[in-house]
Amino acid sequence: MEMIKVEDLAFEYIRRDEDGNVESINRAIDGVTIDVKKGDFVAILGANGSGKSTLAKHINAILYPTEGIVWVNGMDTKDDKNLWDIRQTAGMVFQNPDNQIIATVVEEDVGFGPENLGIPSKEIWERVEKSLEAVGMLEYRTHSPNKLSGGQKQRVAIAGIMAMKPACIVLDEPTAMLDPDGRKEVISTVRTLNKKEKVTVLLITHHMDEVIYADRVIVMNEGHVVMQGTPKEIFSRVDEVKSYRLDVPQVTELAYELTKAGLNLPEGILSVEEFVTALNQLSR
Amino acid sequence: MIRDITIGQYYPANSVIHRLDPRLKLVGTFLFIISLFTFNTFYGYIAVTLFLVSVIKVSKVPFRFIARGLKAVVVILLFTVTFNLFLTPGDPIFKLGFLKITREGLRFAAFMGIRLMFLILGSSLMTFTTTPNQLTDGLEKLLWPLRHIKVPVHEIAMMMSIALRFIPILLEETDKIMKAQMARGADFESGGILKRAKSLIPLLVPLFVSAFRRANDLAMAMEARCYRGGEGRTKMKPLRYHGRDYVAYLILLLYIAILITVRILEGLL
Amino acid sequence: MQIIFDKINYVYSSGTAFERHAIKDINLTIHKGEFVGLIGHTGSGKSTLIQHMNGLIKATSGHIYFNGLDIYDQDYKLRELRSKVGLVFQYPEHQLFETSVFKDVNYGPKNLGLDKLEAEVRTYEALKMVGIGEELWDASPFELSGGQKRRVAIAGILAMKPEVLILDEPTAGLDPRGRDDILEQISVLHKESGMTIILVTHSMEDVANYVDRILVMNQGSLVMDEPTKTVFSRYKELEQMHLAAPQVTYIMNALKQEGFHVATDITTVNEAKLEILKELKK
Repeated sequence: MEMIKVEDLAFEYIRRDEDGNVESINRAIDGVTIDVKKGDFVAILGANGSGKSTLAKHINAILYPTEGIVWVNGMDTKDDKNLWDIRQTAGMVFQNPDNQIIATVVEEDVGFGPENLGIPSKEIWERVEKSLEAVGMLEYRTHSPNKLSGGQKQRVAIAGIMAMKPACIVLDEPTAMLDPDGRKEVISTVRTLNKKEKVTVLLITHHMDEVIYADRVIVMNEGHVVMQGTPKEIFSRVDEVKSYRLDVPQVTELAYELTKAGLNLPEGILSVEEFVTALNQLSR
Repeated sequence: MIRDITIGQYYPANSVIHRLDPRLKLVGTFLFIISLFTFNTFYGYIAVTLFLVSVIKVSKVPFRFIARGLKAVVVILLFTVTFNLFLTPGDPIFKLGFLKITREGLRFAAFMGIRLMFLILGSSLMTFTTTPNQLTDGLEKLLWPLRHIKVPVHEIAMMMSIALRFIPILLEETDKIMKAQMARGADFESGGILKRAKSLIPLLVPLFVSAFRRANDLAMAMEARCYRGGEGRTKMKPLRYHGRDYVAYLILLLYIAILITVRILEGLL
Repeated sequence: MQIIFDKINYVYSSGTAFERHAIKDINLTIHKGEFVGLIGHTGSGKSTLIQHMNGLIKATSGHIYFNGLDIYDQDYKLRELRSKVGLVFQYPEHQLFETSVFKDVNYGPKNLGLDKLEAEVRTYEALKMVGIGEELWDASPFELSGGQKRRVAIAGILAMKPEVLILDEPTAGLDPRGRDDILEQISVLHKESGMTIILVTHSMEDVANYVDRILVMNQGSLVMDEPTKTVFSRYKELEQMHLAAPQVTYIMNALKQEGFHVATDITTVNEAKLEILKELKK
């Protein structure tokens, strides 16, 4: 069963001058087709301007397709009557942690979504507590968001989405503005939610080390899907990945360079352990 | 200077005043301010002072904290007092050159000074004991009937709470942009008014751009979390009156009654 | 010796409840023409430290000497210092404000009181240095892509012809190629003009690839000031400060434990490759 199904999606940003005449058309997404199954952890990789964020905004019905169809849990995003159901089903976390926290107290921010859904107070409290616990921020419930680190703020933002009980979370470059610690916090939180709460995750990023845990990686370039596969499959094609303005983890690059120099190492090595094992076998 | 402004700050403490319903505190502050202007007699002010002092005592907010709020208005305070002291016509009791102090002036200046001080103390006590969120919630609920005459009460309250969240962020940002432009040789301090005003452009443009970007992001984040105005929204922390609030309302009534009695008695004497 | 810090302390909101000792007893010397990396966990005092270098923050105690002069002397001109020690803040594109790219970069040199021609020549050179083509000079800076905006902002500092260039996380938020482009340009700048460069970053891979010497800040103190390789060989200590070594350093250490005879003071992919090949060919 598909959680998200995107069919031949195209999206054009149209710029108009003061008189309303079309000045330029920028086709940010062109002919994109993807499926995300329930419970999957899918990563979308792409350089800046590859269209990955534009794609993400379609799944939450912030943008509507110029061409093609986007289905979220069987609902067509273009159909107005589905709007709020879609936004509740596919929660979205954005890049800038400051610009998505609405309240001045952590727990009240987490309660914002359920309040909008018209949930009774008593249940809001239960959901807030459960969500904050799931992201490991329960002890900060009465704190001001201004005093938190970037990683903590993003976890609050994730809790705010979890409190709406979504079936799927779309994270649009949630770690781009964070330091390494913050990035680790956010990624491990997302992985836990995927494993324990069975939430479907769509993670959009350009950090390679964050996608090695994904079930599937989709690479975008200039509005198109150019690669799809498991992290191993993707990272075994180092030159191709690099041609899309992306990068591979150092260990993958090292293995790849050694292979080019004549060593017989397996393709797509993603971790230090794998690398050491492979080298051990080789030297024996 | 900015640091001296304590109005709007919250002082966390565990007191009955902190726990009171924000609606009651808003109404109470309003009544208190009215009382300052209507019962301006000697005995009346004794009652007002007693009331204010006991509320401060109960609130557990240290007096020096509340008094700090006065520092921000000390200039206005001195100005008003001096103005009233020297310029009120009447029975002169002191004369030096063209300066003269009248009995009426003295009385007037004293009342004016006390009135202003009490005004600041009273309203800052409210903000010290009420979180900004409670305050906006209280205001929303109090003004709720006004929506019948098309006042966008929910929207105003939402705007206030968003402003409260973003003011510190924007202040920090102002500081950052200012430093960044200073690193490019900007000079915000010297020159005439025109030059100084012009030197603010490199600060204001980025600040506006950033504020709009944040507003845009925030609007998107709110919509993504199913925000669609006040209709059909529930509250995580709905305001509900407790026993202590009714008692407090009773005390407020009593306070007004005492003032009226004092006024009537004074009239009789 | 270009910049000397002599027992620099900075205390925020001194005397209030919010008092915080941001940096403690910093002694430090930066030599002309060096390429130095500055690393440290968020809140370790890195930003406070670099803002002392161009006088934006005045130390609570201690002295700073720039080219032999005490910058806290009464008649020292701090504005002049700011043009000689160029500081590129994090997300510098957020300070762009002019109507055209050229005018924006011209803002710094104009503030220095140079004559019009000289200011424009510097603007021209700075834009060339960061690789912004002439076709973009009349465009509004707000219409550029993220990476271009960042380069224009860096040009805004370069146009003041600083002797020292400090960059606070110049690659934050950029994609891998954008990151490499900026770092490559900085490296060229260092090599060609001999400019002293201080690079503040969270990316250990970046510092390993470019800098000769690393300063490590932790809780307001300067805890390490050593050549790049030495700092990364102390990766266990770095981890305790929420830092790390580049991934290749970990690989080499793991190999060594498995009995491979490889050096462990390796910090770049290329070095690692050569070292492993050497070991396997034995």
